[in-house]
Amino acid sequence: MITDSISVPREDRLSAIRTSKLFWPLAALALLLSFNLITDPSFFAIEYKNGVFFGSLIDILNRAAPVALLALGMTLVIATGGIDLSVGSIMAIAGATSAWLISHEVVNSLWLILAISLGVSLLAGLWNGLLVTALGIQPIIATLILMVAGRGIAQLITNGQVLTFSHEGFEMIGGGAFLGLPLSISIVICSYALALLLLRKTALGLFIESIGSNPIASHYTGIRSNLVKFSVYGVCGVAAGLAGLILTSDIQGADANNVGLWSELDAILAVVIGGTALTGGRFSLSTTLVGVVILQTLTTTILTHGLPVQYTLIVKSAVVIIVMLLMSAEFRHQMKSLFQRGQRSE
Amino acid sequence: MNNKYIPLAATIFVFMALFGFGSAQFDSFFSMRVFTNLFTDNAFLAITAIGMTFVILSGGIDLSVGSMIACVGVATAVLIEHYQLHPLVVFPIILICATLFGSFMGFLIEKYDLPPFIVTLAGMFFLRGLSFVISIESIPITHSFYDSIADFYIPLPGNGSLTVSTLILLTVLAGAVYIAHYTRIGRNIYAVGGNEQSAALLGVPVGRTKLFVYSANSFLAALAGIVFTFYTFSGYSLAAMGLELDAIASVVIGGTLLSGGVGYVVGTIFGVLIQGVIQTIISFDGTLNSWWTKIFIGLLLFIFISLQRLISSGLLLKWWPSDKKPLVN
Repeated sequence: MITDSISVPREDRLSAIRTSKLFWPLAALALLLSFNLITDPSFFAIEYKNGVFFGSLIDILNRAAPVALLALGMTLVIATGGIDLSVGSIMAIAGATSAWLISHEVVNSLWLILAISLGVSLLAGLWNGLLVTALGIQPIIATLILMVAGRGIAQLITNGQVLTFSHEGFEMIGGGAFLGLPLSISIVICSYALALLLLRKTALGLFIESIGSNPIASHYTGIRSNLVKFSVYGVCGVAAGLAGLILTSDIQGADANNVGLWSELDAILAVVIGGTALTGGRFSLSTTLVGVVILQTLTTTILTHGLPVQYTLIVKSAVVIIVMLLMSAEFRHQMKSLFQRGQRSE
Repeated sequence: MNNKYIPLAATIFVFMALFGFGSAQFDSFFSMRVFTNLFTDNAFLAITAIGMTFVILSGGIDLSVGSMIACVGVATAVLIEHYQLHPLVVFPIILICATLFGSFMGFLIEKYDLPPFIVTLAGMFFLRGLSFVISIESIPITHSFYDSIADFYIPLPGNGSLTVSTLILLTVLAGAVYIAHYTRIGRNIYAVGGNEQSAALLGVPVGRTKLFVYSANSFLAALAGIVFTFYTFSGYSLAAMGLELDAIASVVIGGTLLSGGVGYVVGTIFGVLIQGVIQTIISFDGTLNSWWTKIFIGLLLFIFISLQRLISSGLLLKWWPSDKKPLVN
């Protein structure tokens, strides 16, 4: 982050680490992982077979990849003070488009398939952006429209069936490997690096944060907030499309009804766990990614410990409430006064 | 006509137009039976949507209602079938638990100032997870009480019928209209949704109002869950997936502003009926596929939201002189 270069007096270093945005999410992740280390050391085993790594940790990263892409886009949208509920539907649309292109043999080149599917996702995202900026509709409602209609559109493309296909190049996206790791991990890392470059090496990130924290003041300082918002929704659409392509390629079929179902909620959850406030303003992509990994580690931990799948949702909901409470000023105040009262009575 | 009635009038007009279209298109469409079936088939959605109207009027949102319906269904089925309790004993237990759950969500939202979106999202996860934990399988309800409920109806001319579900819906509707427009708590809800700070400064008990809204909504969602079991004769943990969106869409199509403070319960009923009519037309047609419902509803949402924006931006004022300034901001 930018603050790295500022020299900090020695005694303040500890508190600087503690107040760093990454501290609490990483601490939570470390807690989860050490729980696994104690109860099931084989959790950390990584095998190398046929040039590919296998293991629970790799599996976590691989499964987290689609939500990670969604969450990266969602972080930007939330930072501008918005929200995007339609990402799950955009995933379905992108998947359906690619499956339709392949199974109807419209185009055969991998790059064209990617370009067209992502182009459609971009249009879907820009549609959201148009509603939010030009019509001034609340983001939660504007994106609700595409959330409802998007799945219908995706089903229209696939004609209501699960479109299966086989395409050697396209199957690599979800099933391929690069440097021994699933290709999806590399896709996430590249997207993250690209986003970081665009946002932190240019003023764009600052613009987004300023729009989120005070839209009127940003307008007066000359930031073209509508253009920035419009593009951010477009970027979120493309990220969602990419996530949809990974999932579609992984199962070699487009299931318009179920692909990415509820993943918008997972993405929002990851952003919140990462500490980016839903009200907009300051954001951090790295903590969002940690949030995604926490959620997936939680799910995998529940599964590997033999707890039935159905407990995942209950644990997730408890985690959300605890994280939100820890972020609430009122709750911190209450805990603090409780703690102080306890000290006084001793 | 006053500006604030335009969305409501537009909703009623769209409903009549759609019903007219169906009647012109299909022979047996224009009948009391089709009309009353709209109520029977959508009673559970309408009851939830009424609760959602209050939440949205207060400026909040509740994503947990779909899961609540599923959870209530599964819990009711288990209590009746496995624990051999009489339905009339089960219903109060379920309703009380649901109301407590709603007030807990309201407490978190109000006391710790957490965003309703996230709290009710957690509630949605929790309730869906709870219904999975209770039972993954669909549990049929075979109690004789359910048979007598299914057999009971008040016949209307033209093959129409008022079923138990419809009667419950109409009772809820009457109660909701009374609360919204003729009681102090109703006015408080509108005030809190219009501007929370002003409301607080004017002495409106903001916290208590929010608590009431979320408790009432969970109560109504649970009631909708019970009505849903009348309809399906079973409890299934995967039931009513995404129903919260249908409910929110009904509220919006019904002319309630999502920013809170403006809207009518009656509009919501027409929002539900519009969705019902679209489904009926699609099933009468037989060649259109079910996903057209989603696309049509998305389109309607877009039209209504744009209409609301147009009104609230004051553009319509130029062509539509009214004696009162619109309440929308």
